[in-house]
Amino acid sequence: MSLPPLVEPADELTVDEVRRYSRHLIIPDVGMAGQKRLKNAKVLVVGAGGLGSPALLYLAAAGVGTLGIIDFDVVDESNLQRQVIHGQSDVGKPKAESARESIEEINPYVKVILHKERLDSDNALEIFSGYDLILDGTDNFATRYLVNDACVLLNKPYVWGSIYRFDGQVSVFWNEYGPQYRDLYPEPPPPGMVPSCAEGGVLGVLCASIGSVMVNEAIKLITGIGEPLVGRLLIFDALEMSWKTVKVRKDPEGEPITELIDYEAFCGAVSEEAQEAAAGSTITATELKEMMDRGEDFYLVDVREKNEYEIVNIPGSVLIPKGEFLNGEAFAKLPQDKRVVLHCKSGGRSAEALAALKGAGFSDAVHVGGGVLAWIKQVDPSLPEY
Amino acid sequence: MSVSVRVPTILRTYTKDAAEVTAEGETVQEVLADLDANYPGIRARVVDDSGKIRRFVNVYVGDEDVRFAQGLDTPTVSGTQISIIPAVAGGC
Repeated sequence: MSLPPLVEPADELTVDEVRRYSRHLIIPDVGMAGQKRLKNAKVLVVGAGGLGSPALLYLAAAGVGTLGIIDFDVVDESNLQRQVIHGQSDVGKPKAESARESIEEINPYVKVILHKERLDSDNALEIFSGYDLILDGTDNFATRYLVNDACVLLNKPYVWGSIYRFDGQVSVFWNEYGPQYRDLYPEPPPPGMVPSCAEGGVLGVLCASIGSVMVNEAIKLITGIGEPLVGRLLIFDALEMSWKTVKVRKDPEGEPITELIDYEAFCGAVSEEAQEAAAGSTITATELKEMMDRGEDFYLVDVREKNEYEIVNIPGSVLIPKGEFLNGEAFAKLPQDKRVVLHCKSGGRSAEALAALKGAGFSDAVHVGGGVLAWIKQVDPSLPEY
Repeated sequence: MSVSVRVPTILRTYTKDAAEVTAEGETVQEVLADLDANYPGIRARVVDDSGKIRRFVNVYVGDEDVRFAQGLDTPTVSGTQISIIPAVAGGC
């Protein structure tokens, strides 16, 4: 499937630009028209890290006229094994600024816009609306779903890539012409099940393999040439040295995206302390029901917020929001002679509260994996999900 | 019927680091059961307690996602490659 060019051509190229881009201009498929489209294009790169580094360098060299960079992080020495847009003298500097300096050195004709804030549901639509195409190289599911949903709402193409150790995946999600990320993976894995690069490692050069394919796709979309990866997932195995594609289709059961949500809650992001506390101290919703049925004497605490408790709650639970565990107020409200069982919506917040609770000496406390949503699924499907 | 199964990196702890293993079965369901007999625990990473393919894992027979074929009942012709592709978010 070929698609129309995403961007209208700029009025003209200067003499200097013609000289600079001559190797593009003599490719018939690109030519003056294609290079003018690149000049007029506004591309936003989310994350100036492993994938963002090669992507930004090649987008700049290719002559994409406006590059936006979202990154709130600073350069760390452990980044330099793969984040080639940053150098030794950049350690400690904001990544967005370091990336801009490298881009200006490669191509001074590129306008760089920095967004040094954390991307969230409140600012995503406003930031994205100023760009033609979004390229995402972040490292967590919450941001992936946020970027996807914002792109769907604004009808923008989303060039997506992900990497882990020796494996890479690339695709282009564009709801107007094909599937979007939620068609490929409707839900994120539970926290802790899929390790990130920070936990599992990544071959540095894999960033270049996948990042360069992402730029390749961005250039094709902007100029309207070739067959974009819309509706296909490209899978790279660097050890076997194989590339293969599988088909991605629209999920007929997919729910329409109507607004941005709380992606941290959706993905259940939890801290290392929480993961540690939850390890070996997690029960399932079914086990909770069995404990109730056996008449066991325990104290069930819902750590969500009041409005969530009002939407749906587990019978017999007492509401003490997570914040009270973190500031210590909760502990005086808890019985010393009963086992405490915590739950929240999906297991993330109760794990955090559990870490605080164990730290306060409630060593036999447990939490319910999957929270009230698991209770609804496993025990009482008549209750409303939210 | 013998098929080859591509094992993603994050599930290779079950297959002693093997990236590709062979399994027997006429359908995806049977292949996963055979796989689990040889590599205990791997099936539960692909299929949930209710017997459905997890929403953050895709299973392909050739280049077709079985969710858009017959799901776990999708036939596995001898010689086809089955790929398990989980969601991975790394990028930094």
